[in-house]
Amino acid sequence: MTYIAKPKLHHPTLTRNNVGYTRRDYEGRISTLCAGCGHDSISAAIVQACWELDIEPHRVAKLSGIGCSSKTPDYFLGASHGFNSVHGRMPSVLTGANLANRELLYLGISGDGDSASIGLGQFANAMRRGVRMAYIVENNGVYGLTKGQFSATADRGSKSKKGAINTDAPIDLVGLALQLGATYVARSFSGDKAQLVPLIKGAMEHGGAAFIDVISPCVTFNNHAGSTKSYDYVREHNDAVSRIDFISEHEEITTDYAPGEVVDVRQHDGSVLRLRKLHPEYDPTDRLAAMNYMHEQQARGEIVTGLLYVDPLATDLHTAFNTTERPLNTLGRAELCPGARALDKINASLR
Amino acid sequence: MNGREQHAEGCTETMNAITAVNDFVVKFANVNGSGSASANELFAKAIMRMGVPVAPRNIFPSNIQGLPTWYEARVCEKGYAGRRGGVDLMVAMNPQTWDADVSEIAPGGYLFYDSTRPMLASKFRADVNVIGVPLTAIANATYSDPRQRQLFKNIIYVGALSVLLDVDASVFETLFAEQYRGKERLLESNVRALHLGRDYVREHLAAPIGLRVERRDHVGEQIFVDGNSAIALGLVYGGATVAAWYPITPSTSIAEAFQKYCSKYRVDAASGRQNFAIVQAEDELAAIGVVVGAGWNGARAFTATSGPGISLMTEFIGLAYFAEIPVTIIDVQRGGPSTGMPTRTQQSDLISTAYASHGDTKHVLLFPQDPHECFEHAAAALDLADRLQTPIFVMTDLDIGMNQRLCRPFQWDEQRDYDRGKVMSAAELDAGREFARYKDVDGDGIPWRTLPGTHPTKGSYFTRGTTRDPYARYSERGPDYLYNMDRLRRKFKTAATLVPQPVERAAKQKTPWGVIYFGSTSPAMAEALDVLEARGIAVDAMRLRAFPFPDSVPAFIAAHERVFVVEQNVDAQMRSMLINELEIDPARLIKVLHCDGTPITARFITRTIAEHIEAAGKATPERAMEAA
Ligand SMILES: Cc1ncc(C[n+]2csc(CCOP(=O)(O)OP(=O)(O)O)c2C)c(N)n1
Ligand code: SF4
Ligand SMILES: [Mg+2]
Repeated sequence: MTYIAKPKLHHPTLTRNNVGYTRRDYEGRISTLCAGCGHDSISAAIVQACWELDIEPHRVAKLSGIGCSSKTPDYFLGASHGFNSVHGRMPSVLTGANLANRELLYLGISGDGDSASIGLGQFANAMRRGVRMAYIVENNGVYGLTKGQFSATADRGSKSKKGAINTDAPIDLVGLALQLGATYVARSFSGDKAQLVPLIKGAMEHGGAAFIDVISPCVTFNNHAGSTKSYDYVREHNDAVSRIDFISEHEEITTDYAPGEVVDVRQHDGSVLRLRKLHPEYDPTDRLAAMNYMHEQQARGEIVTGLLYVDPLATDLHTAFNTTERPLNTLGRAELCPGARALDKINASLR
Repeated sequence: MNGREQHAEGCTETMNAITAVNDFVVKFANVNGSGSASANELFAKAIMRMGVPVAPRNIFPSNIQGLPTWYEARVCEKGYAGRRGGVDLMVAMNPQTWDADVSEIAPGGYLFYDSTRPMLASKFRADVNVIGVPLTAIANATYSDPRQRQLFKNIIYVGALSVLLDVDASVFETLFAEQYRGKERLLESNVRALHLGRDYVREHLAAPIGLRVERRDHVGEQIFVDGNSAIALGLVYGGATVAAWYPITPSTSIAEAFQKYCSKYRVDAASGRQNFAIVQAEDELAAIGVVVGAGWNGARAFTATSGPGISLMTEFIGLAYFAEIPVTIIDVQRGGPSTGMPTRTQQSDLISTAYASHGDTKHVLLFPQDPHECFEHAAAALDLADRLQTPIFVMTDLDIGMNQRLCRPFQWDEQRDYDRGKVMSAAELDAGREFARYKDVDGDGIPWRTLPGTHPTKGSYFTRGTTRDPYARYSERGPDYLYNMDRLRRKFKTAATLVPQPVERAAKQKTPWGVIYFGSTSPAMAEALDVLEARGIAVDAMRLRAFPFPDSVPAFIAAHERVFVVEQNVDAQMRSMLINELEIDPARLIKVLHCDGTPITARFITRTIAEHIEAAGKATPERAMEAA
């Protein structure tokens, strides 16, 4: 942990993306998390994804709840507005922010305690409303910030650092997201950047509610033998359904694959998610099949990762509301106030 | 006595009958869900079309169908809109509550009932004049459909009452014509039902009774509207674009009315798209969360709720206070604590809103007195929230919110623009203006903010509920914390100068007595002050319209030896706030508390104040206090 500010000077050799930014421009303050914390790897993946996507940093609004995970928005996208709200309530704050300005990209960062314990209701309702956002849960099975108590995603039988056994059944956020109508559902692992970065890119470009559950080990409180959220456990039980490449709208699709080996999923904005299938029978556009597969593998103790489900043509809450194209926060008196003449009529109708 | 016939068996004609012109109370005892509400409203409107003010109140249980409900209409040509207390004419349409309803009638008053089935003589009172009309029999003879029988029975009793009280048929016919324009069949059948009632009374009873309506011109251009609709309209005019809410009595109709007005006035004509967004949230935590997110991102946003919802929202309210985010919250108060009296009125959320949330927090509250001010304060709240970057509460209650009230028409100055407060633009950032999110650069305690997405390299900041330095950087240093809290206190002082200022009414002569009141107590107080004045009791009055208290409030208290504080709660919350905020000697503030869930009456205020002052006699108020 260090509080020394990063030097602001850019290294001349740092590569610029199509909007003229270097990777550095997507970084934030120095992290204050424990060295080796999975959350820091996710922050790095977000930086990489946004840089690769040519997103201007200030066009992203990053929101979070409370927890070690929820602190991380301070550690990436320093030029974006961020909002570290209250414990378990990021989804509602993000919903409101999104309604106010539909033109920004919304990134919601949460923890397993934040989303599955105290905030389960808000998580569920944001999913079913289809708020357009990339919602990332940094899932370590414990409350890191309050020093290692089990969270609601801890597996039954999982052992705490102090030796206690968790007797409660786990809440599976991926299963819930699928059931509740999320239109982009993925699981990944903080230790697998190659899988995580394209998943984040796909989520950022998705047209509706995108959810990624990222297993993110807490090195301080939940990385021991007997934990099902440790680096070792996840590496041993990771069952990836596919390898995914993200191809932006303007990129040329070059590599050729044998038929059946890949699936190209084109999202509403023209970007393509290229899935190199690891399980030939897996169909990521079949919600029910995804749920079944997950449950089967879970029963075997496997952690299914990859893009589990996507509705490439998903729409969002604004579409459902038929909201004006212009952001609501830019509308003024002319659009909003019916005026004195209308009021006279209203008065007349009340006599 | 005006002639009435006694149809009930065994009822003796009373010699003593109340006579009054344009000054009486009619109470309708109905069964919830029987369709009586629109008939009763029709009755009230008809009298107002005669130029005579009416103040009606719904008294209803927390129930959808089957339980008793009452509609108490005070006819008063002087325009007093407070509840009077007492009942001159009971329209007893609910057998379940018969005994209680009958016992409530003032001696010499009138009992109107459905005489289709004979009633035991013991069910009547000797000192009450009984008027029976076989409503069910008439309805059944005319209509075959059960629903029609029920609905038109209501119109039939309105017709009967109109003759008994001497209300012209023409005003009803005009009202029907307005309501059923283009729906000729409905228009005809309503007019027919009205005349069924009128004809019966004319043929069988002596009319009018001692209570009569005479044409006057005391309504003028006033409008008749409920506070919740007025709030919703004020929010539309004030530019609210994001609403999030969770249903709770008595606030629910605000969101519904907002939706209705938005559908009419906020749909872009060219595209058919909505210039608003309404989320019916999963609970009040989410509702306020949405509002906080929208406010942070520069949209005008509000939520409407009642006490239990406020309790759930308090964590977020603290965040909005500390992170300085514009939020507008409408609290339509009902009887507490807990679920309390959910369909009764109180002013009992004052402390729970003024100091909502943990730590040292203070919030701005507005106290509209009637639907006219509901409209004004709702629009003002959105401006104040943006200007002060903090939660603003509009504190109404069930009495104002859910009852239609005659009040001044709504007004909107065509030149008025929205005050969006201190929002730094990209151009200002480019021009080199320093941006320090939590620094007091203007001396008023209000910092500048930027909206997300404003500028590629300048003006971004991280919003959090933790302490920070003036540049929004995380800090737990004591001096940074104190700088911030000191600034927030300064901002609160600024708020006192921006909120709606108190309204004073001086007595005709100099007096050591003052009275402070606010919100829905207003109409009863206006009447009480007239009565006190007529009795030669001089009291200066101040109506509070907001918290924090402007300087005129301590000045008013200082100018009087004793000040009554009239409020509708158990613990004298406003008095506590005055003592707490202004360091007033508690002995100088006399509690006048009405808190049984019914709206406060002029009779209660007058009696309490008069007794107190009379007890003082020629003695000084100090001695009176000792006696009290
Ligand atoms: C209302 C409320 N209750 C409790 C807390 C204390 N608290 C802070 S973080 C946290 C748990 C965070 O767990 P998680 O979301 O999994 O984040 P992690 O630290 O594991 O990344 C708790 C209980 C709080 N901040 N607010
Ligand atoms: S306590 Fe755990 S979750 Fe928190 S920073 Fe340390 S390793 Fe990460
Ligand atoms: Mg956790």
